[in-house]
Amino acid sequence: MCLGIPGQITAITDPTRMMAMAEVSGVRREVNVAPIVTGALEDVIGKWALIHVGFAMAEIDEDEAEKTLEALRHLGEAQEELEAMAAGAAALEV
Amino acid sequence: MKYADEFRDPIAARAALDAIARVCDQIGATAENPVRIMEICGGHTHAIFRYGLDKLTHPGIEFIHGPGCPVCVLPMSRVDECVQLAEQPNVIFTTFGDAMRVPGTRKSLLQAKADGADIRMVYSPLDALELARRNPDKEVIFFGLGFETTTPSTALSIQQASREDLTNFTVFCNHITVPPPIKALLDDPFMKLDGFVGPGHVSMVIGTHPYDFIADDYGKPIVVAGFEPLDLLQSVLMVLEQIRDGKAVVQNQYARVVPEHGNPVSIAAINVVYEQRPSFEWRGLGEIDHSGLRIREQYKAFDAEEKFGIGYATGTRSVQEPEGCECGAVMTGRMKPTQCPMFGKGCTPEMPLGALMVSSEGACAAYYQYGGARAVEPAE
Ligand code: SF4
Repeated sequence: MCLGIPGQITAITDPTRMMAMAEVSGVRREVNVAPIVTGALEDVIGKWALIHVGFAMAEIDEDEAEKTLEALRHLGEAQEELEAMAAGAAALEV
Repeated sequence: MKYADEFRDPIAARAALDAIARVCDQIGATAENPVRIMEICGGHTHAIFRYGLDKLTHPGIEFIHGPGCPVCVLPMSRVDECVQLAEQPNVIFTTFGDAMRVPGTRKSLLQAKADGADIRMVYSPLDALELARRNPDKEVIFFGLGFETTTPSTALSIQQASREDLTNFTVFCNHITVPPPIKALLDDPFMKLDGFVGPGHVSMVIGTHPYDFIADDYGKPIVVAGFEPLDLLQSVLMVLEQIRDGKAVVQNQYARVVPEHGNPVSIAAINVVYEQRPSFEWRGLGEIDHSGLRIREQYKAFDAEEKFGIGYATGTRSVQEPEGCECGAVMTGRMKPTQCPMFGKGCTPEMPLGALMVSSEGACAAYYQYGGARAVEPAE
C-alpha cells in the first residue's frame, strides 16, 4: 500500500473525473491521474507512473519503472499489489 | 559472496559496503559503540531485512526501526471503532487488506467479517466510491489509513464524492503524518539517534523541506532514500559521511522520484480537505501533538466520525495495549523484537498479538520472516 507499483498510462477513460487506464504488470486497472497532470490531460498517455492505491502519484521514466518493479518483486510486494487490485475488483461485484 | 545474486548490481553494492565500513572506522563506530540510524519507513525496514543489510553492513551500524508503518501504529481503540462502524446495519465497510488482521480489543476486522459484518477489502478509495454509487441504499465507509503517501488519494476521493453529491460515502480518517513522531522521538531523552534514512514515497508527496527541523533544530543528518537495496546502502553512506564531516543537512538520494517541493496537486488536495487534529494516538507511542489529520468542516458530510458519532468526536479515550505486548518498547528502539517475551510464542504473523507482527513492514514480522533464519556472511 505504501510502496505502490509502476504502471503505464494507456488511455484516458473519463476526462471529467481525471480517470485513465493503466497497464500494471499485464493487469489493466482504471486509475486517477490528477497528481501527474501538468498540462493537457492527453499528455499523460504513454507515460509511466508510480501508482499508489489507484492514483498515479509520480511520473517516472521507463528504466526507473523496470527497476522499481524488480525491487518490488524481490520484496514480494508486486504480487501483493496485484492481488489487492484483484480483490478490489471482486469487492465491487459481491 | 552469498548476497551477490540478490543485488542487481553486486559490484556497486560491494563498493558501497566497503565505503560504509571505511567511514565507520574513521568515526570509530563499533558494535559496542554503534552509530544509531533510524530508517523511518516500514518499506525500508522490510527491504533491510529482506536483503540482510543489517548483517552485511559494518557492525558499527545499528538500525533502529522507525514508526513508518501505518498498520503497526494503528491503536487498538481505532480498530475497535472500525469494528463498531462495520457492525452497524446497512453498512458496507471498506478497507485496505493490510488492516484486516490488526488485533482490536474484541476482534480484528477479519473476525468481524467472519461474524457477518459486510467488510470488503478494496485496493483503492476509488473502489469504495464506486461501491457507494452502485449501492445508493447502503452506507459505504472507507477506512482511510496511511501516511502522506495515501492521504492524497482519500482527499481526492472525498472531493470527487462532493462533486457528485454522494450522500452515502464517508471516510473514517486515520491519516497520520511523518514529521511529528520523529520530533517526539528526538525529544525523548532515552532515545539516542545519530541520523535518519528518510521515507521515499512520503517525500514524493511532501518534498524534503518538512524534514528541515531535523537538521536545523536537532543537528541530525537525514537522507531521503529509495527502497532498492543499493539506494539504502548509498543513503546510509551519505548519513555516515555527514556524521564524519560534522554536518547535518537534508539530502535527497531518491531525487529521481522525489521533487524538492513534493507533488503540488497532492499537497493542495490534502490541505483543502484535511486539517491537523490537536493530537492523535499512536500504538506504542501514545498521543502525539498535531500528528493526525481530520476532515475539515467544509467536507464534514464525508466524515464517518461526525456522521456516526464515534472516535475523537466522542471525547475521552484510553490508551491500551494487549497484555505482554512490548510493541511500544520495540517501536522506540528500546528493545529488539526477539527480546519481547511474546515473540514467536504468543505472537506470530499467523496469530499476531501486537501490530508490529501484522504487516510485512513491521519490525517484528520482518525479524520473524528473515531474522535468525538467514545465513549471511558478515561484512568483513
Ligand atoms: S513480538 Fe508481538 S507483542 Fe512483542 S513487540 Fe512484536 S508485535 Fe508486539
